[in-house]
Formats: sequence, C-alpha cells, structure tokens
Amino acid sequence: MWRLVRRTWAVMRRPSVHFSLGFLTLGGFLMGVVFWGGFNTALEATNTEAFCISCHEMRDNVFQELRQTIHYTNRSGVRASCPDCHVPHRWTNKIARKMQASKEVWGKIFGTISTREKFLAHRLTLARNEWARLEANDSLECRNCHSAESMDITRQSSRAVQAHERFLFSGEQTCIDCHKGIAHRLPDMRAAALRPDPAAMGDARRFLAAMEE
Amino acid sequence: MYRAAIATLVLLTASAAFADGGLVTLRGETPLDVSTTPPPMPSVVNTDIREVRGWPEQPPVIPHHIDNYQIDLNVNRCLTCHGRTAVGASQAPMISITHFMGRDGQVLAAVTPRRFFCTQCHVTQSDVRPIVGNDFKDVDDVIKAMGKP
Ligand code: HEC
Ligand code: HEC
Ligand code: HEC
Ligand code: HEC
Ligand code: HEC
Ligand code: HEC
Repeated sequence: MWRLVRRTWAVMRRPSVHFSLGFLTLGGFLMGVVFWGGFNTALEATNTEAFCISCHEMRDNVFQELRQTIHYTNRSGVRASCPDCHVPHRWTNKIARKMQASKEVWGKIFGTISTREKFLAHRLTLARNEWARLEANDSLECRNCHSAESMDITRQSSRAVQAHERFLFSGEQTCIDCHKGIAHRLPDMRAAALRPDPAAMGDARRFLAAMEE
Repeated sequence: MYRAAIATLVLLTASAAFADGGLVTLRGETPLDVSTTPPPMPSVVNTDIREVRGWPEQPPVIPHHIDNYQIDLNVNRCLTCHGRTAVGASQAPMISITHFMGRDGQVLAAVTPRRFFCTQCHVTQSDVRPIVGNDFKDVDDVIKAMGKP
C-alpha cells in the first residue's frame, strides 16, 4: 500500500515530458471553469420556482397561498418567487442552504409532510426554522429587495411609518419580527410570538380554551 | 295565486325603481350568456385617520387596509395591534370594554368569543359613489330639527 502511494507521488512529481507547462496550466484552468460552471448550473437549476413546486408538498400548500399575496401580483409587476425568499443570494449562505435542502429530500422519501394533514401538523416546526434563519441573518432575503435605507417613509402609511421609525430604523427589530405570514398562512401561533405584541395571542389562547370547554 | 301576485308586484316596482336610475343589475345590460369585464376593484381607504361614528354604538369603520390579515383559530392579526397588551407598541386604540363582555355582561380577562372575528362588525371603506342613496340623519340634526337645543 505504502509503496503504491510512494510510486504515485513519484509520478506526480516528475515533470511532464509530453505536454508543455503552458498547456497544462491552460488545461487545468479550462477544466476548472467547466466543473465550477457545471456545479453552478446545477445550483441554478434548483434555484427556480418551477423546481420548488415540482413537489406536491410545496405546490399544493405554500404555493397556493403565495398566489393570494402581494408578492405574487402587485401594481409594480415585480414578483418574489420561492428562491428569492428562501435561498440566500450570497455564495456562502447558498451552499449552507443547499446542505440543508438534502434534509428535504429525506423528508420527501419518508413523507413527513406528504398529506395536507401532516403538513398542517408539521407547519409550526417548518415555519420556526424559517423564522430562526431570517432572524439570524437580519432578514437578508427581504432586504435583497427592500432596503431600509431606500424606504421613503413620507410615502408610507402612518402605521408603517410609526412601526418602522420606532423599531426598524433603531435596529431593535428586523422585518420578520413584524411581517410573519407575509407570503403564506400562519400556523397555530399560540406557541409562537407575533409582533408588535408577542403576548397578544394570549387573547386567542384564552378564546380557544373557552371554546374547548 | 296570492304569492304570484306579490312576486309580480315586487318585480314591477323593482324594475320601475331601477329603470330611471340606469341601474339594471350589477352586470349592466350584458346578456346572461356573455361574460362582462368586471369593473376594477376600488382601492381601500388607508388614510389612518379615524372616521366619525354615525351614532355612539356604531362599530367604527377601519381606517386602514387589512389585506391578508389572518383571522382564524390559528391567529388573530388584529389583536396583535388592538389587544390590551399590544397598544404600547402599536399605538392603536384598544378594543373597548364591550369586547371583553360575555353575553350576560360579565367582563372576561380576554376578548370574548363573540367578538373574536372582528370583520363581522368592522369594515374597511372605499371612496366610491354609493349605488343606492341613503337619508340617514345624525342624532344632532334630529334633535335640532325637533327644535330643542
Ligand atoms: C423533493 C421535493 C421538494 C422540493 C423539490 C422542494 N421541497 Fe421544500 N420541502 C419538502 C419537504 C418534504 C419538506 C419538509 C422537510 C422536513 O420534514 O423537515 C420541505 C420543507 C421546506 C421548507 C421548510 C424549511 C425547514 O427548514 O423546515 C422550506 C422553506 C422549503 N421546503 C422551501 C423550498 C424551496 C424554496 C424549494 C425550491 C428551491 C423547495 N422547498 C423544493 C419537499 C421539497
Ligand atoms: C423579489 C423581491 C422581493 C423580496 C425577496 C421580498 N419582497 Fe416584499 N415586496 C416586493 C414587491 C415587488 C412588493 C410590492 C410593491 C408594490 O407594488 O407595492 C412587495 C411588498 C411588500 C410589502 C407591502 C405589503 C402591502 O400590503 O403593501 C411588505 C410588508 C413586504 N413586501 C415585506 C417583505 C418581507 C418581510 C420579505 C422577506 C420575508 C419580503 N418582502 C421579500 C418584493 C420583494
Ligand atoms: C416593528 C415592526 C416592523 C418591522 C421591524 C418592520 N415592519 Fe414593515 N410594516 C410594519 C407595519 C405595522 C406596517 C403597516 C401595516 C401593514 O402594512 O400591514 C408595515 C408596512 C410595511 C410595508 C408597506 C408600506 C406601506 O406604506 O404600506 C413594507 C413594504 C414593509 N413594511 C417592509 C418592511 C421591511 C422590508 C422591513 C425590514 C427591513 C420591515 N418592514 C420591518 C411593521 C414593521
Ligand atoms: C416574500 C417572501 C416569500 C416567498 C416569495 C415565499 N416564501 Fe415561503 N416563507 C416565507 C416566510 C417569511 C416563511 C416563514 C413562515 C411565515 O412567516 O409564514 C415561509 C415559510 C415557508 C415554508 C414553511 C411552512 C410554512 O408555511 O410556514 C415553506 C415550506 C415555504 N415557505 C415554501 C415556499 C415556497 C415553495 C415558495 C414558492 C412557491 C415560497 N415559500 C415563497 C417567505 C416567503
Ligand atoms: C399594525 C397594527 C394594526 C393592525 C394589525 C390592525 N390595526 Fe386597526 N388600527 C391600528 C391603528 C394604529 C389605528 C388608529 C388609526 C390608524 O392609524 O390607522 C387603527 C384603527 C382601527 C379602527 C378605528 C378605531 C376608531 O375608533 O375609529 C378599527 C375599527 C380597527 N383599527 C380595526 C382593525 C381590525 C378589524 C383589524 C384586523 C382586521 C385591525 N384593525 C388590524 C393598527 C392596527
Ligand atoms: C359584534 C360586533 C363586533 C365585533 C365582532 C368586534 N367589534 Fe369592535 N366594536 C364594536 C362596536 C359596536 C364598537 C363601538 C362601541 C363599543 O365600544 O362597544 C366597537 C369598537 C371598537 C374599537 C374602538 C374602541 C374605542 O374605544 O375607540 C376598536 C379599536 C375595535 N372595536 C376593534 C375591534 C377588533 C380588533 C375586533 C376583533 C378582535 C373587534 N373590534 C370585534 C363591535 C364589534
């Protein structure tokens, strides 16, 4: 075994007799381009809405809800598609997200959300993962399109101005703190916080308790 | 027989009422087997300026948009601003005490189930020409008309 390694190393160290240094450098460079490009293309192909909704879990639940919202049709005609909000555009984060995506393939195989009922039962967990991600990256995906710096608050409604001035511009909160449920229906929020008032759902909690009695 | 007569009467008065106003049905004069192009949806008033109530017990109209505000068993978006503990952050008017009262007037700790679905009573407004007129008089005008101070 050791001999084999030594012999290979020797071959590797020996200067090439058949190919010029220039050719090798150029060839190496070209191969790099091809592999890197192929990797990127594969990544791009999985970065489309069509890919996301090729799974019924995504198409029948979240996609149908997205279609009712401002991010699907609006007066500006700019659409936010799944990867705009769910896959970071920054290269490093992109890889990290792809690694996590393998978990979804796992989920597909084992059918964690294969029916509507299972999806609803699992929904809070999935939503929480997304919220945690957006909280950790300071709502990076939202900010790729909306930047706090470019917001002209003189053109916003006074409720929006009030909230943004007090909590957004001061850096106290980030988009996802207040805009949960912007693209899909919310799961049972009795166990999760919703701003401005994380405690307000106490009312709903008690309401439900009353209903159950 | 009697019923048919009433129906005819209703139809006659209805067509008489609409004939001069030009309003036939919401479809206009398009025949039934043709689809109309629906008129554009008027946008919702989003001035954030509270409207005057017609009378004290009127549920105030909503002066802001409520697009996609979810109200169901999972969540009540309105309460995240109008709930008792929420107004500090939102600066919205708190739901009044009647929203905490059960059927027999007992005040509960949280919003009463019969007031949970806010849009049952509170609605947004659009700036449009009313389809039918209305001669509602404010109570102040009624009192004035009766000659009392
Ligand atoms: C192979 C089918 C499939 C495809 C394609 C797919 N998903 Fe999913 N997705 C799933 C399943 C199954 C789950 C549930 C995974 C679990 O149980 O944790 C899931 C979960 C999610 C979640 C919840 C995340 C979490 O961390 O819990 C998000 C967000 C999501 N998908 C977005 C997307 C986006 C965006 C795309 C396109 C880039 C996409 N999905 C493509 C099947 C798919
Ligand atoms: C692909 C770009 C894009 C991304 C990503 C995006 N948005 Fe938007 N957003 C838009 C556009 C376009 C509109 C509609 C603008 C218009 O016509 O008024 C909009 C509208 C909105 C509105 C206004 C809703 C209303 O009723 O007026 C809010 C709030 C909002 N986005 C929040 C978010 C949040 C929170 C995120 C991150 C989870 C996000 N957006 C991600 C493009 C985007
Ligand atoms: C403190 C809570 C809060 C935070 C943090 C926050 N928003 Fe808002 N935002 C609001 C409220 C409240 C409104 C007005 C109510 C509504 O539109 O539903 C609003 C409205 C908006 C609107 C519509 C403006 C209009 O005039 O109708 C956009 C777009 C928006 N937010 C984007 C964002 C983005 C992007 C971020 C993060 C950079 C963000 N918001 C952070 C509370 C917040
Ligand atoms: C405007 C940004 C935006 C767009 C566009 C968007 N999402 Fe989401 N998505 C979110 C946010 C934010 C959450 C976290 C839960 C919440 O607040 O509703 C979420 C949650 C999810 C979840 C977890 C389950 C749930 O409903 O909470 C899945 C799965 C998901 N999205 C898939 C998709 C797919 C597939 C698409 C495209 C058809 C898509 N999303 C488009 C912002 C977006
Ligand atoms: C983001 C916080 C917020 C949310 C969510 C919200 N409101 Fe409001 N609401 C306000 C504020 C602030 C005012 C005061 C006037 C203004 O700024 O629009 C108000 C005013 C009102 C008024 C007028 C009160 C009066 O005395 O004239 C009514 C009624 C109302 N809201 C009902 C609702 C209903 C119903 C919902 C849910 C569908 C809702 N609001 C959701 C913040 C909110
Ligand atoms: C059964 C009808 C009904 C329902 C349901 C209802 N309201 Fe009201 N609301 C009223 C009436 C009537 C008034 C005015 C008289 C009063 O205060 O009781 C009012 C007043 C208000 C006011 C003004 C309070 C003030 O002191 O200025 C707000 C804000 C309000 N409602 C919000 C809500 C919200 C948010 C919900 C949902 C949680 C809701 N309402 C559900 C009937 C209703």
